[in-house]
Amino acid sequence: MPVIFITDALIFLLVFMVIAFVFYARRHEHLRAPWHEVARRPLAMSAAIVLSVYIIFGLLDSLHFHPKLEATETSGTIYSTEISSMLDILLDDLRQNTERTYSAPLASYAFAKEMIDQPNGKQLRGYPRLKYGGAHLGNPESETVGDITKRILQGLICGLLISLLISSLIIIALGKKYQSDFRETSKKCLRNELDVSWNAILVTLSIVIVTICCLYNLSQYYHVLGTDKVGQDVLYQALKSIRTGLVIGTLTTLVMLPFAIMMGLMAGYFRGWIDDVIQYLYTTLNSIPGVLLIAASILLLQVYISNHADDFTSLEQRADLRLLFLCIILGITSWTGLCRLLRAETLKLREVDYVQAAQAFGVGNFSIMLRHLLPNVMHIVMISIVLDFSGLVLAEAVLSYINIGVDPSMNSWGNMINGARLEMAREPIVWWSLAAAFIFMFVLVLAANLFSDAVRDAFDPRLRQF
Amino acid sequence: MISYILRRIAYALPILIGVNIITFVLFFVVNTPDDMARMQLGMKRVSEAAIVKWKEDRGYNKPILWNQDAEAIEKITDTIFYQNSVKLFVFDFGRSDSGRDIGYDISQRMWPSLAITVPSLILGLLAYITFGLTLAFFRGSYVDVSGVVLCVIMMSVSGLFYIIGGQYLIGKFLHLVPISGYDTGFNAIKFTILPILIGLIGGIGASTRWYRTIFLEEMGKDYVRTAKAKGLSETRVLYQHVLMNGLIPILTGVVVILPSLFIGSLIVESFFAIPGLGSYTIDAINRQDFAIVRSMVFLGSVLYIIGLILTDISYTLVDPRVRLN
Repeated sequence: MPVIFITDALIFLLVFMVIAFVFYARRHEHLRAPWHEVARRPLAMSAAIVLSVYIIFGLLDSLHFHPKLEATETSGTIYSTEISSMLDILLDDLRQNTERTYSAPLASYAFAKEMIDQPNGKQLRGYPRLKYGGAHLGNPESETVGDITKRILQGLICGLLISLLISSLIIIALGKKYQSDFRETSKKCLRNELDVSWNAILVTLSIVIVTICCLYNLSQYYHVLGTDKVGQDVLYQALKSIRTGLVIGTLTTLVMLPFAIMMGLMAGYFRGWIDDVIQYLYTTLNSIPGVLLIAASILLLQVYISNHADDFTSLEQRADLRLLFLCIILGITSWTGLCRLLRAETLKLREVDYVQAAQAFGVGNFSIMLRHLLPNVMHIVMISIVLDFSGLVLAEAVLSYINIGVDPSMNSWGNMINGARLEMAREPIVWWSLAAAFIFMFVLVLAANLFSDAVRDAFDPRLRQF
Repeated sequence: MISYILRRIAYALPILIGVNIITFVLFFVVNTPDDMARMQLGMKRVSEAAIVKWKEDRGYNKPILWNQDAEAIEKITDTIFYQNSVKLFVFDFGRSDSGRDIGYDISQRMWPSLAITVPSLILGLLAYITFGLTLAFFRGSYVDVSGVVLCVIMMSVSGLFYIIGGQYLIGKFLHLVPISGYDTGFNAIKFTILPILIGLIGGIGASTRWYRTIFLEEMGKDYVRTAKAKGLSETRVLYQHVLMNGLIPILTGVVVILPSLFIGSLIVESFFAIPGLGSYTIDAINRQDFAIVRSMVFLGSVLYIIGLILTDISYTLVDPRVRLN
């Protein structure tokens, strides 16, 4: 039985908008050309592949439903009360195989000493075996290294085969398109002589596939990134956090976009008192320190939630509302920059000949803004969307650390860092939650930064980084 | 000039009033004092009398905007809006929900904040300008390319990583300076070293890249070509022409954050247990002390607006092309 959270709905709205935009951009030369420019850059394409892998995980995690428990004759199908996502189904092993408490990455023994019952009835103090991690090993001390190497090799071979297959399929498809044979096309691909930098795409894709295969193969038998305080697999948490990061990075922009565009265009186009009012509005909002505004709003949301606790049917729903609210607040604090840029650009554009001509013909103000101004400021909007993304992902971690971020029950990198921070003083140190969160965040943000650099260079040659 | 400054200040007033109204609406209208009392006193098992008493102690039992029962001018002054929001304009912050004098706390706690932020800013500017200038000097070479790659990588790392990593490194292996805490007088210096250093490292990526772009833009300008054509040496051009002109956008960009240095950094202060205004705010957020958060929101806005005015003034000072109207 499907469940649709508000953020899910917005995410799919966003996906729909992106698809619509792709079709729109394909038919308009001034948008198509810069995107071709982006596609020719190897680094940008590598980043795009990494981003799309994250997005796939995020989308899978956005399909929520009540899982079916069992179908009985009498009462029909019974649905579980808990809410799962497609990703949960795919990672069911990871989710179910929880240990009692901390365990190190790839460990077979628990992290802390416990009393273990010996077969002869006595008790011994030592490191107990894990329930799932390395459970198939007879003698972990001697076998672990060999077993891990074996499984990594298996994953490597499997991943290489899959990526070889996919690469050849792509090259065959390209060969059809350019009407050249297989050898010719692969040569061109390698030398990067095609319209799109396919060599970067294929190499990155292969690396990603091999990594996923190795991780998958290992995660069947081990906790690849260890387990956290309540014994949950850290890899699973990190993967679940992808959705939170992406939602913050994208929905915030989606929420603020209509306001920023409308206000920016209106201020620049009408000037006069409308301009004054809008300028006043964004200077006022801008002058409130962002973190404090977020803190104040989240405090108030907490008051609201605790006073209306009965309105929420589930914990997930409450966490989702908080996430959406956080996006809105972040949007309110961040729309001013884009609005100011759009206003400045519109001020210039309204004096251009074709706008003057349209006015002389008696075209309405609204249609001028929609038909003549909006398409010509679209590049600014696009640049600011991609530039904001990485900052927002990083901001989530910081906000969660001060407890004004996403709901503590939600999987997010910020919450992982926050939870692990308290264990820094432990000896030996529990580092894997921190490391996992930082690495996942780093890869996403690095990819986003590289991609946004390319987009900015392509759309705004004046700003090109020398 | 003076009339320009006065005009800018007059323009700032409505903005401050706007901020004041927004915070007032957020804290007293969206959520009533009853909600706050319930939140503070515990949710379910709280008697009506306790709520009334809580509100009375903090003066939240008055009408919101208009007091019908009071005499003459008190109709306006004896209200929550006047007592709690209008008084902020004269920096009378009143008492926090736990009963402490906020104004006194702020005056005490701004010094540790300044001890961190001022050195961070100065050292940061020196370091980033040096790095940016170096990269710009070696433009197009391996030094430049690898420097930019390093910058992008450092930009992509979460700021929390630098803090946690730095504390771990010092705490575990080096033991050079204490990892957190604060002390009075000059003893405080050794506590400030680590936060300043980590703040510096955290900012390298974005700032160096930004400054490098500014310097490269200057290097492409005509006067640089003229200077070179006259036969000036590369270093002379770099230091006398490029650096000086590049400093204008950098320094005017810094002016806007100068007043906000008082507020300090929320994250750094709470990680390093520095008793400044940043950790004051975080503690208030965690304790859900609305009075402090409200005061800090207002104070932050005032400082930001002062920063804006200073920026405008500094622009007119350094760049004669900016007209005064």
